[in-house]
Amino acid sequence: MAEASRSEKYTGPYAAQQERYYRLFGGAKAKARDFSEATGNPAALDEGLIRSRETVPGGWAHALPLARGETLRVVNTQGTPGVSLLLYNAKDKSERFNAGDTVKIQWNARLSRGRVLFSDMGRVLASITDDTYGRNDALTGGSSRTTNAARYGDASLRNTRDNFILLASKHGLDKRDIPPCLTLFAPVGVDGAGRFRWEGEDAAPGDYVDLRAELDLLVFVSNAPHPLAPGFYEPKDIDLLVWKSPPPPADDFCRTATEEAIRGFENNARYLAALGEE
Amino acid sequence: MTLSNRHEEQAFYDFTVPALRPWSHVVKKGQILRIVDLEGCQAVDTLFYSAADPSERYSAQDTALAQGSPYVTAGTKLISNEGNVMAVVISDTAGSHDTSAGACSAEANTVRFGHETRYMHSCRDNFVLELAKHGMSKRDIVSNINFFMNVPVEEDGTLAIVDGVSRPGDYVEIRAEMDVLCVISNCPQVNNPCNAFNPTPVRTLIWEA
Repeated sequence: MAEASRSEKYTGPYAAQQERYYRLFGGAKAKARDFSEATGNPAALDEGLIRSRETVPGGWAHALPLARGETLRVVNTQGTPGVSLLLYNAKDKSERFNAGDTVKIQWNARLSRGRVLFSDMGRVLASITDDTYGRNDALTGGSSRTTNAARYGDASLRNTRDNFILLASKHGLDKRDIPPCLTLFAPVGVDGAGRFRWEGEDAAPGDYVDLRAELDLLVFVSNAPHPLAPGFYEPKDIDLLVWKSPPPPADDFCRTATEEAIRGFENNARYLAALGEE
Repeated sequence: MTLSNRHEEQAFYDFTVPALRPWSHVVKKGQILRIVDLEGCQAVDTLFYSAADPSERYSAQDTALAQGSPYVTAGTKLISNEGNVMAVVISDTAGSHDTSAGACSAEANTVRFGHETRYMHSCRDNFVLELAKHGMSKRDIVSNINFFMNVPVEEDGTLAIVDGVSRPGDYVEIRAEMDVLCVISNCPQVNNPCNAFNPTPVRTLIWEA
């Protein structure tokens, strides 16, 4: 068959949109930067940079404000299998982390160093500026009374769902405001038969994830094991460090890795300008 | 593929949702809702809320987790944020439906396709307007099921909305396990292949238990 020109290949009232979609689809694979080039942050932070430090016991939860430009380091000090997060725009909490948009916009469910977390408003809430473990899950969520009953035979164990309800209630929100979450240190993949599996070893003591706030945020952290984590229910302590990360350079990896990230940050810039916060 | 033996003329409710439009209806426990993709390759964004207490609603993550797979098909139990079974998919002639990618929105469109798409109709706007009839708002929108939308998740995590697999007349049937408010956006997206760049009507039918 002779090679068809684009005008022949795409027809109908939305031919231009078809052409654009397949160009973007190809570009997402061909033009995205190599995410292994994202250099990360120093493992040892200067004490002078650390604004706050909180140890969250296994099973428990904590909420914290995170100003734009600050970075939350979730330190898995003892290798616990899963820490679940929700992120809200502190100025309008109806804007929040959107798991579906985050994976579909970036054409990828592997959210690790160099990727960004999108809100439901087409803006970037946070950038993953470092991730020493490298596997996080936005497809299967956190634990609940139901999953703990099924998994461990005990619905009374502390769980992410109840943790989020508690945190929401203490910040003027309620269970209606709990969307699908992101779970760090959770190597959930989909095998060739379309089944979820826990892929590989759990996080090691000292692994950490850095999330740089790109808007002023309210962050909920639930330190309860991912429901697919193997083994017994043995959640371990984590440390939450808020540190004053350096201003992102013009060629910041997270802000420039993909066309989608660039457009997301263009939306942030419009929003911040409208708020007079450029 | 799991076929149904129900007859259309015995349905007590039969409505054609025009292209681009939202729809909602309460489906009582035991009743069976059929969604028909009349012309094929038409995404139907679908949410469920407990009719008695709408703060209990469909949970995509709990549904995926419970069945061990990201795809909705015959046999899938639709799980609520309270861990209850809201409904069960009992028939499916298309084979696989997404519940990972959520609904389209004007705001996400600008990021995915370019800022020139900001002023286009979207599923999120359909959901907001339909939920407003029931006293709910944007904050009540959670990740939905995308019936007749094909979003394979590869082993390396790659995920893309690819060409639809449904043919004209394909359908799913869902049996309510509690009284549920079903809310649909007949997806207006024309920037990707989820509607074959041609949004079309779908049909909803409901049978008594």
